[in-house]
Amino acid sequence: MFLWNLIKQDRGGQVLLALLALAIIIVPILNSLPSDHPLHIPTYVVAVMGKYLTLALLALSVDLVWGYLGILTLGHGAFFALGGYVMGMYLMRQIGDRGVYGNPELPDFMVFLNYDSLPWYWTGLDQFWFAAIMIVLVPGVLAYVFGALAFRSRVSGVYLSIITQALTFALMLAFFRNEMGFGGNNGLTDFKDMLGFNLQARETRVGLFVASAVALALGYLLCRAVTQSRLGKVCVAVRDAESRSRFMGYRVENVKLWVFTLSAMIAGVAGALYVPQVGIINPNEFSPLNSIEIVVWVAVGGRATLYGAVAGAIFINYAKTWFTTELPDVWLFALGAIFILVTVLMPKGIVGLLRRKESST
Amino acid sequence: MSQPSLLSEIKDKNRVFSFMQSQASPMLNVDKQILLYLEGLSVSFDGFKAINDLNLYIRDGELRCIIGPNGAGKTTMMDIITGKTKPDTGSAWFGQTINLLELDEPAIAQAGIGRKFQKPTVFESLSVYDNLVLAMPDERKVFSLLFAKLNGEQSDRIDEVITLIGLKENKAMRAGSLSHGQKQWLEIGMLLMQKPRLLLVDEPVAGMTHQEMDRTAELLVSLSGNHSVVVVEHDMDFVRQLAGKDRTVTVLHQGSVLAEGSMDQVQNNRKVIEVYLGE
Repeated sequence: MFLWNLIKQDRGGQVLLALLALAIIIVPILNSLPSDHPLHIPTYVVAVMGKYLTLALLALSVDLVWGYLGILTLGHGAFFALGGYVMGMYLMRQIGDRGVYGNPELPDFMVFLNYDSLPWYWTGLDQFWFAAIMIVLVPGVLAYVFGALAFRSRVSGVYLSIITQALTFALMLAFFRNEMGFGGNNGLTDFKDMLGFNLQARETRVGLFVASAVALALGYLLCRAVTQSRLGKVCVAVRDAESRSRFMGYRVENVKLWVFTLSAMIAGVAGALYVPQVGIINPNEFSPLNSIEIVVWVAVGGRATLYGAVAGAIFINYAKTWFTTELPDVWLFALGAIFILVTVLMPKGIVGLLRRKESST
Repeated sequence: MSQPSLLSEIKDKNRVFSFMQSQASPMLNVDKQILLYLEGLSVSFDGFKAINDLNLYIRDGELRCIIGPNGAGKTTMMDIITGKTKPDTGSAWFGQTINLLELDEPAIAQAGIGRKFQKPTVFESLSVYDNLVLAMPDERKVFSLLFAKLNGEQSDRIDEVITLIGLKENKAMRAGSLSHGQKQWLEIGMLLMQKPRLLLVDEPVAGMTHQEMDRTAELLVSLSGNHSVVVVEHDMDFVRQLAGKDRTVTVLHQGSVLAEGSMDQVQNNRKVIEVYLGE
């Protein structure tokens, strides 16, 4: 009942959730068809679609803070990557003695770098439940500390955007260092299995796809619950007239802090689901360019609608996959062209275009 | 000796410990009938003295008009009262007990000071109704906002205010698409929802028709008594209408009080005539 009330007024959300439910049912069936069947979906395609869904979840988290709260974050890739690294560490611990060096305790890169024992921050990550907590906690704590410093001192606008860029850039440089104990520029890879399931197996891939779809649906409902609550209205108030809401007695910094932290946690979950599906996490995920791209997805899809962010992320990433296989040299130009066209012709993104069509007919 | 007394303090089960008491807004105390004290305030921006040794007292329930030429420091004064600007020297107290200089904007608003800006500022992408909901003083903490629901009493109050400001028909409309005058009214309505003890109103009739001006004057006069109202205004006709025969008018000039008294006294004051009309 509560869930239905959330999306009763929300056509886009209904469509999105219906599509996700459909995908959860249809994709595993089509994937299990014999490979010469015309409707068969190959497993690698399932994995790619699962990846898109995790990126859509990431875009959702950015829309929550940018669309509704007006914080143009250019560092959300950092929270995504941290969630991914936690998952990567868990997967590394699952390899056990099947690594090249056959060390039951230490991952290969640590043996190579002459570590005697696991660094303290790798402790406990062989347990899935502990990793699952850390996946939300690590990005959450970083976002909380960062936000507490930035929002208390009332950094906003373009200055905040620059600091978020600096945050993700600093993390990238740090993770590139071998001494950090995260595999340096090679990152973490060569994963074997997760919760005892072989990551290369067809069933595991489908399972991860379903998990990503469920996570996206839950993430959507959570963001929708926040934006429909009075807190969500305060967010919009802060976005539109920050000082007015202060003079009305709202602690703007606390509102920003908690919503930003929640958003970082969602990004962390997205990262954690992304890593087992692509099979690697390395410091390039922290690169500032990645974070800017997320904002482009949201802008292309349509800001402050939530489902627009999902549509934008899937559209751009599908285009990226298509261009990089068919016309690899053209991709960056195409991305630039899409962004310019969207800003000039559809300032409200794909969603805005659909709405305009709907209201004109 | 302090230990036995500490022990007896702990044993007193009715005692509320100081760390349990809210620091932000101790109870407002207006025993002396004065709601707002501004004493010896000075503030300068890059060497320019916007406020210069300003002294001003607002009585509880009073309607006070403040006039002054451009650059007299009217807006800066409001900024100091609401916590946006910190003065270089001087003190600002709300009642006997609340030191405004120690609080930030949200704390001052929660203590009971509301402010209406010169340019109407409403939350443009929210509906008229939601604008009023947000102005309600009840919920301010992030987590209680997440689960906040309107109760019957609260929605009655919103209906009351929305009728008073004449926007009942426009309830579901986006505040951004209201006319300028309607936005002014909505902002006044938001202040009414906020139930402030002291209402600071910056040029409320800018851009209003004569009819709307009359209604605004009526409303502000009816608010005084329960609330203290401070109106900053350029429009002399409006000030005359508000001040009537016996209300106090304060003239600011170059950051300090030039004259204070009834409208007639102020208008016949030589210094005021000099400032306004030149030598």
